[in-house]
Amino acid sequence: MRIQQIFLAAVAVLAAATMSAGAPSGGTVTGKVTYTGTPAKAKAIDMSKEPSCAAQHSTPQMTETAVTGPGNTLENVVIYISEGAPAESSAPSSPATFDQKGCHYAPHVLAFQVNQELKVTNSDQTSHNIHPLAKVNREWNKSQPPGTPPLSEKYDKPEFISVKCNIHPWMHGYFAVLTTSHYAVSDANGEFKLPNLPPGKYTLTAWQESYGTQTQEVTISGGETKTVNFAFTAKPY
Amino acid sequence: MPDASAPAVHQHAAPTSFLRKYVFSLDHKVIGKQYYGLALVSVFIGMILSWLMRFHLVWTNAAIPGLQLLSKNGAPGGVMTPEYYLSLLTMHGTLMVFFVLTNAPFAGFGNYFLPIQVGAEDMAFPRFNMMSFWVTFVGFLVLVTAFFIPDGPPISGWTAYAPLSAVGKDAGPGLAWGQNLWAISIGLFCVGQLLGSLNFIATTLDLRTKGMTLARMPICTWAWFITSCIGLLAFAVLLPACVLLILDRVAGTSFFIPAGLVISDHLQPHAGGSPLLWQHLFWFFGHPEVYIAIVPAMGIVSHILMASMRKPLLSVKVVYSSMIAIGFLSYMVWGHHMFLSGMNPFSGLIFSFPTLVITIPATIITMIWIGSLYGANLRFHTASLFSLGFVSMFVAGGVSGFFLAQPSLDIYLHGTYFVVGHFHMVMGVAAIFGIFAGTYFWFPKMTGRMMNDTLGKLHFWVTFLGAYCIFMPFHYLGFAGNVRRYSSFVDDYLQPLLPVHKFITIAALVTGAAQLVFLFNLIHSRFKGAAAPDNPWEATSLEWSTSSPPPFDNFGGRHIVVKHGPNEYGVKGEKGDYIMQDSPEPEPAGD
Amino acid sequence: MGKLLAVALVLIAIISAVPILMHTWWMPEDISTHGHMIDHQMSETMAEAGIAFVAAQIVLAAFIGMFGDKKDGRKATHLPGGAKAVVIAAFLLVGTEVLALGVFGRDAWAEVYFKPAASDAMPIQVQAEQFAFYFRYTGPDGKFGALHPDKIDEGSQNFFGLDPANDVESRDDIVAASLVIPVNKPISLMMHAKDVGHSFYVRELRIQQDFVPGLDIPMHFTATKIGKYEIVCTQLCGLGHYNMRAYLEVKSQEDFDQWLKQQSQ
Repeated sequence: MRIQQIFLAAVAVLAAATMSAGAPSGGTVTGKVTYTGTPAKAKAIDMSKEPSCAAQHSTPQMTETAVTGPGNTLENVVIYISEGAPAESSAPSSPATFDQKGCHYAPHVLAFQVNQELKVTNSDQTSHNIHPLAKVNREWNKSQPPGTPPLSEKYDKPEFISVKCNIHPWMHGYFAVLTTSHYAVSDANGEFKLPNLPPGKYTLTAWQESYGTQTQEVTISGGETKTVNFAFTAKPY
Repeated sequence: MPDASAPAVHQHAAPTSFLRKYVFSLDHKVIGKQYYGLALVSVFIGMILSWLMRFHLVWTNAAIPGLQLLSKNGAPGGVMTPEYYLSLLTMHGTLMVFFVLTNAPFAGFGNYFLPIQVGAEDMAFPRFNMMSFWVTFVGFLVLVTAFFIPDGPPISGWTAYAPLSAVGKDAGPGLAWGQNLWAISIGLFCVGQLLGSLNFIATTLDLRTKGMTLARMPICTWAWFITSCIGLLAFAVLLPACVLLILDRVAGTSFFIPAGLVISDHLQPHAGGSPLLWQHLFWFFGHPEVYIAIVPAMGIVSHILMASMRKPLLSVKVVYSSMIAIGFLSYMVWGHHMFLSGMNPFSGLIFSFPTLVITIPATIITMIWIGSLYGANLRFHTASLFSLGFVSMFVAGGVSGFFLAQPSLDIYLHGTYFVVGHFHMVMGVAAIFGIFAGTYFWFPKMTGRMMNDTLGKLHFWVTFLGAYCIFMPFHYLGFAGNVRRYSSFVDDYLQPLLPVHKFITIAALVTGAAQLVFLFNLIHSRFKGAAAPDNPWEATSLEWSTSSPPPFDNFGGRHIVVKHGPNEYGVKGEKGDYIMQDSPEPEPAGD
Repeated sequence: MGKLLAVALVLIAIISAVPILMHTWWMPEDISTHGHMIDHQMSETMAEAGIAFVAAQIVLAAFIGMFGDKKDGRKATHLPGGAKAVVIAAFLLVGTEVLALGVFGRDAWAEVYFKPAASDAMPIQVQAEQFAFYFRYTGPDGKFGALHPDKIDEGSQNFFGLDPANDVESRDDIVAASLVIPVNKPISLMMHAKDVGHSFYVRELRIQQDFVPGLDIPMHFTATKIGKYEIVCTQLCGLGHYNMRAYLEVKSQEDFDQWLKQQSQ
C-alpha cells in the first residue's frame, strides 16, 4: 500500500512536471505596424512582354514597395529580435520556400534563418532567373526553366537581400536572413506576433524595405503578452 | 625575288626520339598534321554543340540526358538554361571560326604543302613554326577550360561585344572567368597565327627552288601566300583588342565602357569608353578573317579542279589577281557589320560601296571556275565532287551578300537568320567543303594510303544535300524576320516558323551523322586503306613528284629544278595528258 | 556521277527559289511611310540575286553534265573568249548591278537616317535594359525630367531613375511598358541603353537600330496602320535576350489620347 501510494505520487509529480514543460511558456510580443504621412501610390505592373504571366492576373499585379492595409497599416514588415535573443542551436530543418508564380514572388518578403535551406520553385510556364543581390553573402543567380526541380540554397550570414529576376525586371522581393528564430512578418492587417519568448530584455527591430528600420526595447519577465507597435513615416516618392 | 640558285641546305637533322618526331617536331609536315588534327577535334566539338543548340531550339524544355554532367548550373536536370544555350553558341562560333576554318585550310594544309609545292625542304623558320602550333594548342586548351569552370563559358557570342563582354559578372553568367579565358585564348591564337603568317611569307618569297618563279607557283600556294598577308594585319589588330578587353575587365580601364551603366543594380565603376571602339577593332579583324577562311579553300578547290578537269583554268593569273584584290578590299569593308551600330549613318554608305565592289573579283573567280568547266574532261571522285559542291555553295552564300551589303536592306535583315544563313553558307559549308576536298585529295600523299571513294561519295551526297536543307531555310527565316541568337522562340510572330526549325534540326542531325562516316573513313583508311601511288590523281605540282608520304626532307635529297608551270593539263606529256612541274621534258608547243 | 550532280544542282536551284517566289515565309505588311522604298530595293535585289543564283547553278550543272571525262582521249577545250570574256562580263554585269543598287539604294537609307524628324514629331524616350523595353512620354509639360542612374529602383517601377521629389519636370512623365502611339503621327524616338548593347526592331515598321551605352540615338518614323505589333531585341544582351520584347500599339488619335490620360492617373 505504501509503495503504491509513493509510486502514484511520483507519477503524478512527473506528469505535472512534464505537462507544464509542454505547455507554452515564455512571453509573447504582439503589435501592429502603421505609417503616418502619404505613401507612394502603388503602380500597376504591365506584364505584356510575358503573356503567360499577364493572363494569370485578372487585375494587374501592383508594386509592393509599401503594401498598405485598412487603418494605415503596413504589410511585409519584418520584426525580429536584434539584441538579447537566446542563441539558436541549429537552423530549422524545414526549408523556407519562395515561389515564382504569375511572374511574381510569393511571399514578397521571405524571412528565414542563416543556414536554413531556401527552396525556390518555378510555377510558371516561362523560365525565371532569380538573382538575390547579396552584398555580405555570396551573390549568385540561377536559371530555372519551367518544370525543372526547385533550387536549394542557403546563406551563412545575416542580411537583408534584395531579390530580382534577371529576365523579368518588374519582379522584386526580399530575403530577410536572420540569426534568430524569433521573427515575424506583418500580415495584411499590419499585425505580428512573436511567441515563446524566454524572460529577458530584448531589442526589437522592425524593417520595411522603403522606410528603413526602427527599434524598440521590450522586457519579458514571465508568460505575459506585451504590445509593441511601430509607426513608420511614409515617403511620397 | 630571285629563286634559290642552289638547293637549300638541310635546315635541321632528321629527328630520332618519339617526342621530336611526333610531338615537338620542327618538320612542317608533322606540324601541318597537328594543326589538321586540332581542327578535326575542334570541328567535332563544334558540331556536337550545334546539335545541342538545334535540339534545344525545337524541344526547349526537354531534358537532354547527361547534359547536367557537363554543367550542373547550365542544365539542371538536363534541361538547358537560356544562358547555357548562349555559352554553347559562343563556343561553337569561336571554335569553328578560329580553330577550324583558320586552322585546317591555312595552317593545316598550308603548312604541309606550301614548302613542298615551292620545292623547299621545310618552312623558313621551323622553330617559329613549332611554336606557332603549340601556342595555338595552348590557346585551344585555355578555351575549352571554360566548359569546366563553375560559371561556364561566356555568353557574349564569338563577337564578344562590349560592354556585355567587358564589365564582368554583373552582366550575366560566364562573363567572369569564362570571358577571361576566351580573351586569353584568342590572344594566344593571334600570336600563333602571326608567327605562322610570317613563316608562310618568308618561305614563299625566299625558299622557292630553282625555276619556281612566283608565276609558276601552284594556285593554292598563291592562296596561302595571299592569306598570310591578309592575316598579318588582321591578327595584329585583334591581339591588342583582346588585351584592351582584358584590361577593362581586370585592370579597371574603360576602353570600351562608358559612364553611368547600371547592371544588376550595380552602377559600373567605369567612364569614358566606347562600345563602338570594340566593334571597329573586332570587325577590322573580323572581315578579313572571313577571307582568311575562304581564300585558301578557293586555292585548294582551284588546284583540285584543274587536276580533275584535265585542263588549266581559263586564267590562273586572273584568279590570284582577284584574290589579291579581295584581300586588299577586305580591309575597307568592315563597317558593313556595323550599319545599324550607331556609327555615323554616312559611314554606312561609305562602307557599302567597297562591299558591293568586292563582289566583282569574287564573281570573276566564280565565273572562271564555271567557265573553265566548259570543254573539260571532268573526273568524278570525292575530291572533285566536293570542289564542285564548293562552287555551288559559294554562289549560294555569295548572292545573299548582295542583300546585306546594302544598308537600307540591312535595316530589315540585320540580326536575323538571313545573316546566319549567309555566313554559314560561305564559311560553314563552302570553306568546309574546301577542307573536305583537300582531305580526300591529299590524304594519299600525307599517309601513303587511299581513302575509300565509295564512303567518300556517300559523305559528299549526304553533306551536300543536307547542307542545302539546313542553310537555305535560314534565309527564308530571315525574310520572315526571325531574330538570331535567341535560345528559344517565345515571340508571337515566331510561332508559325517553328516547323521550319524542326525541319532544319532534323536535317542537321542527319548531316551530322554523315560526318561520322567521314571520320570512320579517315581513321580506317589511315591504317587499312589501299596503298597509294606517288601520283594517284595524275597531277602536276611538286608534291606529286615525291613519295607518298614524302621523306623527311620532302624530296629525298633530290635537287628540284622546275621547268614548267603548275597547270600543264590536257597537253601531250610523257606520262599522259599532263606534264609535271619538275619534268625534264620541254614545254609543249603552242602553249 | 556527273549527270546526277547536274540534276541535283538544277533541282536545288528550282526548289530553293520556290518559297521565295511564293513568299511562303516573307516580310509582313509594311505599315510605315518609308518602308515602301526598302521593299522596292528588296525586290530589285531579289530579282538580280535570284537570277544570278539560278543562272549560275544551272550553267554549273550544264557544264558538269556535259563535260565529264568520256575516256575517249578527247582533248580538253576552252570556253570561247577565254578569261578575257569572263572578266569583262563580270565587270559589266556586277559593276552595273553594284552601281544600281548602291546609287538607288541611297535614297531608302537617307529617308531613315539623313532626313530629320518632322518638327511636330512626338518625342518618346525608349530605354533598353536587361531584359525589357520601357517607354517614357513627356506628359503635359512637354519636357523629360533628368535621368539619375543612382535613383533607379525597379521594385517601384522607377526604371529610368527619375527623381520626382527634386525634379519638377519628372513629375508628369509617363512610363509605360508598351509603345503606344497614334496612327499617322510622326514619332521621334530617343534611344537610351541602361546597361549593355540592345537593339530595337519592328519588322512592320521597317526600322531597326542598336542601342549603344553612352550614346543617345534618335530614330523617327510614322506608323500608318492601327494594330498591335512586336518590338524585339536583336542585339545579344545576355541570358534573357530571347525574352526581350515589347508591344507596339498603334491607335487612333482618340484612343491614344484616352490611353495617355489613363496612364497619368
